[in-house]
Amino acid sequence: MADPITITLRVNTRVHNIGVEPRATLLHTLRELGHTDVKNGCEIGECGACAVLLNGEPVNSCMVLAVQADGATITTNAGLGTMEKPHLIQAAFADAGAVQCGFCTPGMVIATKALLDRNPNPSEHEIREALSGNLCRCTGYGQIVDGVKLAAKRLASSRQTGGASC
Amino acid sequence: MLEHVTPKPLPDVDLPTLKQVGKPLRRVDALGKAVGATVYAADFAMPNMLHAKVFRSPFPSARIAKLDVETARALPGVACVMTGEDTHGAKLNTDLPGQTGRAARAGSDAPVLASDIVRYVGEPIALVAAESIAIAEQALRLIEVEFEELPAVFDPEDALRPDAPILFEPDNVVAKYAIRKGDLAAGMADADLVVENTFTMPFIEHAYLEPDAGVAWVDEQGVINIRVCTQVVEHFRSIARALNVPQNKIRIRGTMVGGGFGSKEDVTVEIFLAFLARETGRPVKLEYTREEAFAATSKRHPFVVTHRTGVKKDGRITASEIKMVADSGAYPYLTPYVLLYATGMAAGPYKVDNLHVDSVAAATNQTFTSAFRGFGGPQAALGYEQQMDEIAKTLGLDSLEVRRINYLKRGETTTTGQEVKSAAWSEECATRAVHALGDRAPSTETRRIGRGMASYFQSYGRIMWFHDTSQAWVGLEQDGTVVLRCGVPDIGAGQSNSICQIAAELLGVPLERVTIYSTDSAVTPLAGTSTATRQLYMSGNAVTLACNEIRSRLLKRASESLGVAEEALDLGESRVFAISDSSKAIDLPDLAKLCASEGIGLSHLAQFNAPFTDGLDPETGQGDIWPDFTFGAHAVELAVDTETGEIELLKSAACHDVGRAINPAAVRGQICGGSHQGLGYALMEDFELKDGYIQTPSFAEYLIPTVLDFPTTDAIILESGTGVGPFGAKGIGEPALTPAAPAVANAVADALGVRIHDLPLTPKRILDAVQRSGRKDDGTAE
Repeated sequence: MADPITITLRVNTRVHNIGVEPRATLLHTLRELGHTDVKNGCEIGECGACAVLLNGEPVNSCMVLAVQADGATITTNAGLGTMEKPHLIQAAFADAGAVQCGFCTPGMVIATKALLDRNPNPSEHEIREALSGNLCRCTGYGQIVDGVKLAAKRLASSRQTGGASC
Repeated sequence: MLEHVTPKPLPDVDLPTLKQVGKPLRRVDALGKAVGATVYAADFAMPNMLHAKVFRSPFPSARIAKLDVETARALPGVACVMTGEDTHGAKLNTDLPGQTGRAARAGSDAPVLASDIVRYVGEPIALVAAESIAIAEQALRLIEVEFEELPAVFDPEDALRPDAPILFEPDNVVAKYAIRKGDLAAGMADADLVVENTFTMPFIEHAYLEPDAGVAWVDEQGVINIRVCTQVVEHFRSIARALNVPQNKIRIRGTMVGGGFGSKEDVTVEIFLAFLARETGRPVKLEYTREEAFAATSKRHPFVVTHRTGVKKDGRITASEIKMVADSGAYPYLTPYVLLYATGMAAGPYKVDNLHVDSVAAATNQTFTSAFRGFGGPQAALGYEQQMDEIAKTLGLDSLEVRRINYLKRGETTTTGQEVKSAAWSEECATRAVHALGDRAPSTETRRIGRGMASYFQSYGRIMWFHDTSQAWVGLEQDGTVVLRCGVPDIGAGQSNSICQIAAELLGVPLERVTIYSTDSAVTPLAGTSTATRQLYMSGNAVTLACNEIRSRLLKRASESLGVAEEALDLGESRVFAISDSSKAIDLPDLAKLCASEGIGLSHLAQFNAPFTDGLDPETGQGDIWPDFTFGAHAVELAVDTETGEIELLKSAACHDVGRAINPAAVRGQICGGSHQGLGYALMEDFELKDGYIQTPSFAEYLIPTVLDFPTTDAIILESGTGVGPFGAKGIGEPALTPAAPAVANAVADALGVRIHDLPLTPKRILDAVQRSGRKDDGTAE
């Protein structure tokens, strides 16, 4: 086994200075650091359950080596909100019935965050395009699309009233 | 065809207006999952924990000539390596544990670890537990093994031939049933026409998003604790049997399950974890990779279904002869029951008085098959519903009309002679599903539009001679909050939420004031499996019984305080009030404290028993199997590109009578999600094996529907209020899937004018069919 390489990851509110093996993926590294809201569904970039924001851009963390993320700021789903103070997207997913088994949800929320950051008022087709890298086996996607629409709607009204941005 | 259909008017139904039930409330589990706070099986870690890996067979049929694990054992960092010798030949008792009381089927149950013969690629042979996953993987490579390949069989019909290699003596027959109802010969003689067709269906992978995982450890009482994502906490019994320990020394602490669909109904990682934790005395974790989750767990049964149906010119069925051959894969698991389901629903929601069904499941050297949402029902429906369309086509009749005159009505009997006692709204559902498609898109030369629909009926609740039970404990705290303890595994379908919503209704509190503890075989009352579309029915009724007991104690005490008769009181908004004058009221916290001070208990453990019956008549296959049935229909419109063979699904609508929707948003989720699985079944999914070797080992090869593949299904929810679940609810989990695939197959046949008898409907098969239809200028089917 190769010698560990020291890297710095800024994950949500935490800063990790850690040694990682060169071949370690960001997914495994994040999960070992306790960020288990990042889900391992396939490890080949097909399911999107492990999606995180890497310097604001959505990536499948299984397709990124931890060393490639050295110095990066990473946001996982749990970094967006909590039970007491859920993110607007998270609350919208819960309200729209977008959550069944919940295993794809963190990745779906991340994909939605990335979408609404660049396009706060997406069409249904744009929503579907944005979620096309995230598999869900439970919902048939209808209520997930509803959740994104609801989030966009609430985002628009919160902006009108001078509330928080997405 | 299937145009300008008017919804059949519904009979008058007087459903009571309720306060919590029937509302699309935010599910109790939704927010925790949305914010990533829910902890799944693979998310747990323990101090001093080992990591496990499984060594598996690379061959579909071989004798293990040599197995030497000493080098692997000697690797630094390896805590233990176990083989079949160390598990003493223990087998997985796949007869549902502790429920049927039947002996395991003649020694053919799967061994925990194979020690002599391997019968499929992926069969477990050895276990490794090591300080890290990397060391465990290295140890797998140090296991020295020599195989002698043996003859193999990969097709269930081949497996039934006299010269076939035998997986288990005396033959490859895993299960076999016969239905004999009425007089088949007389019915056929009475027919104007006999229509015969054979349909095939492939292996299907469940493709739940969460790969199987768990952590086990031995506690200070010597109890082996297993945290695992499972649909069945009662597997503690079969694990105890395999380990030869008392049943109270195994504790399953189920987690929220990241999708199961039947695959997590069988024992997966928990049996390995139990052996390794006991052997090492340390916590052990085992997580399957996606590829392992595909190779090592069950699949949906491939079926070959032949229908030979006698009909009158007006479409009325006079007789039906149905044959089914199912592929069991290498081990039985739940095959005998899946085949029984398919057999018992073989004739569909139709009145068929003269009926023969002969079904058989055969062992092959392939990945084993077991439970998958619908449990044989979808395969049966792919048979009877494609056949109904072929009958209509042969007679030149409207397919809905042919169904209409044959639909089973309430009070009539099913394939096994069981009377349908609840509403049978087949026509109500079918007309609504078709109506929802709206106007038909126009066809062009190369883009042919097709419409198809399918009806179905599907049981909910387990086979009645399993003597199914569920327990729930409900308590009212002194601040008026409610605690529910119930062993129900939540596999994502809203199992926990439904029973919380029922408790909120009956105890008159908002849903947020109910907290549930579930899925622990040692501390939550056993509620049975999250399978067979049974939890709302079984645990919903158990919670209802428990709540009603507490409710009656509350009303009795409130009646004394308020001076109002119990019958004139109601519970709501966290208080007991007089129906005629809601200012006469007592708040629940005050009432709870009053009861506590007087020693009136406000908790109750209730058990609900399903009806218990004997088995079917062994000669005729006649008798009652299930507590009740759900009825419904699915309709689709699609476009077939005759140049590329690609199909674009344009519209999808499903209508089901769910009895009573406890949470309509959750019901819609079941219908839309089940639909998608059925649509994938028809159009894209095929867990392909070639000579026993898996050709679709990951999500890169095994494709499931993405958000771009299909439109959202229009979910039409009807409520007859006639189910045997709480508030008249029926089950919808499995039924939601069943009619989708045959509706698609019928739409493709409608578009092309010829039928493709094999699923999935791939572009290649479409193009072959286009060629066939081109050769037949008159456009009729073969």
